[in-house]
Formats: sequence, structure tokens, C-alpha cells
Amino acid sequence: MSLFKALKPEFLNYSAAESGPFKSLFNFRQLWRSRIIILLCVALTPLICLAIFTFLVTKHDTEREIHLRTIRLASNAKRTISFFFEERQAALDFIVRSNSFDQINDNSQLTNILQSLKDSIGGFTDLGIIDATGRQLQYVGPYNLQDVNYSSEEWFKEVSVRNYYISDVYLGFREVPHLIIAVKHTLPNGLTYVLRATLETKRFNEIISNLNLSGTEDAFLLNKQGIIQTPSRSHGKITEKLTLPVPAYSERTEVLEMQDNNDRKIIGYAYIPETSFIFMLIEKKSELMRPWRSSQEIIIFFIVLAILVILAVIYRVATHLVNQVFLADLKRVQTLHEVEQSSKLASIGRLAAGVAHEINNPLAIINEKAGLIKDIFSYKEEYKHDLKIIGLIDSVLASVERCAIITKRLLGFARHLDVSIQMVDIRSVIEDVLGFLIKEAEYRSIAVNLDIEENIPQFETDRGKLQQILLNLVNNAFAAMQDNGHLDIKIRLLEEGFVSVSVKDDGSGIPEADLKRIFEPFFSTKTKTGGTGLGLSITYGLIQELNGKLNVVSKFGVGSEFTILLPLKNTRATKGKNK
Amino acid sequence: MKILLVDDEYELVSTLAERLSIRGIDADWATSGKDALAKLAETNYDLAVLDIKMPKLSGLELRKQIQTIQPNMRYIFMTGHGSAEDFFSASSEEGADAYLVKPVNIDDLITKIHESLARQALGASGPIEQ
Repeated sequence: MSLFKALKPEFLNYSAAESGPFKSLFNFRQLWRSRIIILLCVALTPLICLAIFTFLVTKHDTEREIHLRTIRLASNAKRTISFFFEERQAALDFIVRSNSFDQINDNSQLTNILQSLKDSIGGFTDLGIIDATGRQLQYVGPYNLQDVNYSSEEWFKEVSVRNYYISDVYLGFREVPHLIIAVKHTLPNGLTYVLRATLETKRFNEIISNLNLSGTEDAFLLNKQGIIQTPSRSHGKITEKLTLPVPAYSERTEVLEMQDNNDRKIIGYAYIPETSFIFMLIEKKSELMRPWRSSQEIIIFFIVLAILVILAVIYRVATHLVNQVFLADLKRVQTLHEVEQSSKLASIGRLAAGVAHEINNPLAIINEKAGLIKDIFSYKEEYKHDLKIIGLIDSVLASVERCAIITKRLLGFARHLDVSIQMVDIRSVIEDVLGFLIKEAEYRSIAVNLDIEENIPQFETDRGKLQQILLNLVNNAFAAMQDNGHLDIKIRLLEEGFVSVSVKDDGSGIPEADLKRIFEPFFSTKTKTGGTGLGLSITYGLIQELNGKLNVVSKFGVGSEFTILLPLKNTRATKGKNK
Repeated sequence: MKILLVDDEYELVSTLAERLSIRGIDADWATSGKDALAKLAETNYDLAVLDIKMPKLSGLELRKQIQTIQPNMRYIFMTGHGSAEDFFSASSEEGADAYLVKPVNIDDLITKIHESLARQALGASGPIEQ
């Protein structure tokens, strides 16, 4: 809250109404807001656009890179797996072509061939020779499968038609995951037989494990029915059904994105030619995008930092600029008020002077006529001792004198409005000022105690301005006091070449929070009762014009003391002479 | 000693002249500059008490004209429009011995008249020290 107060621009405390209607040209609140919004738009729009553009471009590039990498991996795996099967198929093809049926149908010969295959290529478990009726003529391997009839098996039917066959991974009679490769061979006499080999899945699985996948990636083979053919890290066991749908057939390696539970997954797949296998590479998109996200987090951090710095700079600059305009406008309005005030005073002065002059002539006539009556009475013996008549005439003359004093004061004020520096007797000034207010003091029973040091000399100052300063201070004191209050005016000569005039009242005092602001233009606690908030501001300005100083000591509820210090010698150039 | 009082207020100037006469000062009066000049043509005066603000011919202008006729005459100014400070400017610039603000105290006026005439006797010029 206090930080907000510290950052809150000064002009937000003011409203145009405080300076009077049509006196302020700008709505500073709106001006300030619009400057900040314009500056923010100009500064932040390119930054935010660039950030969004960079975000989208890098995201697109990263996704493209991930797709390419996935395709590359899947393609490599596809080639390797294809080669695995082609190699073994070619080996079997070579065996049937390079050996006669009799040779191959010989158990010991077939055992040698199996051993050679194990030693050279590896991964073979057994070999079998099956005749056209599906009966296994010869079998070499760890199981007892001699004479087993495969005529009803699907693979046998298929190899009879297509001449070769690669099976899915299945458990079969032996209850161990395996797959078979079968090659059909036609003898010169037209008879056919099938060479069938069983392959271990271990070698097969090694191909996939050698892909060097990261911890969250999963690669395995699938058959066209969606049955998992090789071990999977996170998508099920061998022979289990994959939860994801089987991807559509494509000759090429493909990449697609799919939603699986809460994860977005990137799936690279490739159909292995001449087999029912589909190579699947499944990756979590969130994991693949992690490096990109990290870089984005750093970029976002710096962008946010830049935005905060820009915000702070714009706030400061806009506030400063608008504040300068505000202060200039405030000064203008203040000057306008002062001109109005002086103009009012000048009008009042001229009016007072006119009235005083017009009254002075009849007063002079009354004075002379009454004087003449007194003269006549004084010189005639019969009235000379009539004290009542003489007393009545003296009363008329005293009243005339009283009126004369009032008109002289009025004339004095009017004339001093444009007076410049001259030798001034502070006593006469303070007496003139009190002369205007003494009746109010009497009506309100305010005790005015005037304490003037004896040795105060006349000093150089502007009498009119000094009168106005003292009138304002005494008026303010009267306004702050209740009836029966006490006003102490103390005038002292200071050693430093200054005269001090203190005006101390026992009125309401000023709250500490307001004390710093009382000299600001338009600051008033009396706006509802017609205060303009300009009295002390103008007083302060007048004291400065006289090279003086003003100190205030106040305690809320106890009273205030305003002390002005005026230099005995005033070096400021005079504006003109009083004519 | 003979003095001339000039003020456009008949009631004032005539009464003032009468009061001075009671006090032994021979005073004539006039209610305009023209009237005053006519009287000056006929009579020699030692001192003129002039109202500054009069229609047609002001007290200050009248003084300038009188000076051509009677160069040794002394002057006291009266006005309803001013106070003691104006004395300095009026007396130093216009050569008056005194400056009085209406309504005038008769004793003050007589004092100023005597002071002015005393200065005339000494042959001095310029304002009387206040």
C-alpha cells in the first residue's frame, strides 16, 4: 500500500474541480493513462509479436526435426529387419538349390547344415524337411517333431502357394516364442518339398534393442492384427494386443501423432516387406519437446524480465512527462488565480479609494462646520462654559476623526497594491492591519496581545505586500480560533539582520499529515466553507518575493505559530515608484 | 500675512476661511482655479492652500500658473485622496511645503501655515521636514 502511495503520481490527488471550472486544460488521469497505453503498445507489440513468432517457428522446427528423426530411426530399423529376413531366406534358398533332395533328406547331412547355419548366420533352432503332403520327413533340432503333419497349418498352405513364408512370432507346440521361415523347392521330377527353419526370437529382439532408444521411447514389432511380436517397454507383452489402433498400410515409413490416455504420442512405423510385421517406434511428445521447452522457458523468462523493465521505464517516463505538464498547468492556474486575486484586490482598492475620497469631502465640510460652531461657542461668553454643547460638538469632531482614520486606511491599502521597496515601520504596518480586524476581535472576544521589541528600526521592504502577508496570517489565525481565543503577535530584531514576526494562535492547529501541504496551491480544508486553498500559497509566494522565510509550528488541537523572517536590507530591484 | 484658500467645495473653503479669520489669519477663498487667478491678479498673497483635485484646473496646475504671477508664494496642498506618504512625492516634485489630508485639523493647518511662512522669511525652498 505504501509502495503504491510512493509510486502514485502527484496529479492523481488533484481533480479539475479543485482549480475551478475551465481552468485546467487537461484531464491528467486520462492523459497519463493514454500515454502509458500508447507507449506500452509501441514498445511491447514488436516484442510480443517477435516472441510469438519465435515460439511458433521454433516449435514447428522442433516438431519437424522430431518427425525426421523418428522416420530416420524407423527406416533404419525397417532396413535392418528386412535384411535379417532376406539373409535367412537366402540361406535356406541356397541350401535347397545346392543340395540334392537325397542329401538334404539325410539326417546327418541336415544336422551338418543346421550346425553350419548356427555357426555362420546364427539364430537357427531347428530344420525340417516336409513333403508335399505336409508330413515332416526329416527334423533336426531340440524337439521331437519327426513325422508331424503340417498339412492343415496355414503357413504350410501359404508356402505351397507363394513358395516361401515368414511366420508371426508364436508359441506353437513348444510353448516358446519363435518364428519360422519356410522355402518351397521343386525338384526336376516335379515333386516339391519344403525346407522349414525355426528362428530364435533372441537375435530378432537384439536388432530392436540395438536401436539405442532413450528411456521413454519404445520400439517393437507388431503383426497386422495388432499383436505384439517383440518385447515392449510400456505397451504390453509379446502376443498381447496393442491398445493403440494398427496404423494404415504404407509402403514408406510414416509418422503420425496420436492421443494415448493423457499423453500425446508420436508414432513412427514401417511395414516390413514380404512379412506381416510392422515396426513401431512410439515416443512421448512431451519428452521429445523437453529441450525446446527448456529453451522456451529461458526465452520467456527474459521476455518477462524485459517487459517488466519496459513497464517500469514507461511508467516512470510517462509519469514524469505528465507530471511536468501537470506542474506547468498548476503553475498557470495558480498564476491565473493570483492575477484574479490581485485584480479583485485592485478593484476593491479602487472602489475603496473612490468611496474614501467621496466621503472625505463631506467629512471635511462636517469637520469645518462643527469646528466653526465650536469656535463661535468658544469665543462667545454665554456658551463658553456650556460644557454640554462643547461636549456634543467634540463628540461630532471625534466621530469625524474616526471616520477620517478609516478612510485613510482604505486609501493606504488601495495605494499600496503596486508599491515597491521602501523604508517601512513595522509598527505602523501591524497597527494598520489590526485596525481592520480589531472590531472582529472585539465581537468574538479574542484577546490580541501585541509585543513589539523597542529597538526595531525601519527596514527596506514592500509595505503593501507586508500588509497583505500579515493580514492573511492574522485572518487565518482568526479563522482557526474559537471565540475567546488568544492571539499573540511578537516582533523581534534578530542579530543576523532579520526582523521576526510571529503570529501565534490557540486555535484548532494543523494535523501533521496536512502540515507538509499547507503551502501547496488549492490545498484547503475549508473548501466547503468557501476557502480557495490559495491564502497560504500566496502568502508564501509574497514572503519569498520579499527575500523572507516562513516557519510553521503547529500541534493539532493546541494551536499554530507562523513566524516570518524579513531581512533588514532588501537587495531586490524595485518595480517602480509610487506616484 | 494674507493667505488664499482654493477648493471646489464652497461649504468647506468658506468655513475654513472663517475659522482661520477667527484665529487671526487673514484668509480669502476661491472655489475654482479661475476664481483664484482673478483674486491673485488683484491681491498679493503670502501663501496658498490648494485642493489638488479640482475640476478644470487642478491644484498642481494652478500652482504652476500662480508661480508665473507670484514666484515667491508658498504652497500647502490638501486632498481627500491620499495620506501622509503622498506628501513626499507631492512636495518634492511640486514644491509644496505641506500636504494635508481632508478632513483637516485646524490646528495642524495653522501650524503648517506658520512653518511655511517662517521658511519664506528665511528664504528657504523645498519641503518642510516631517
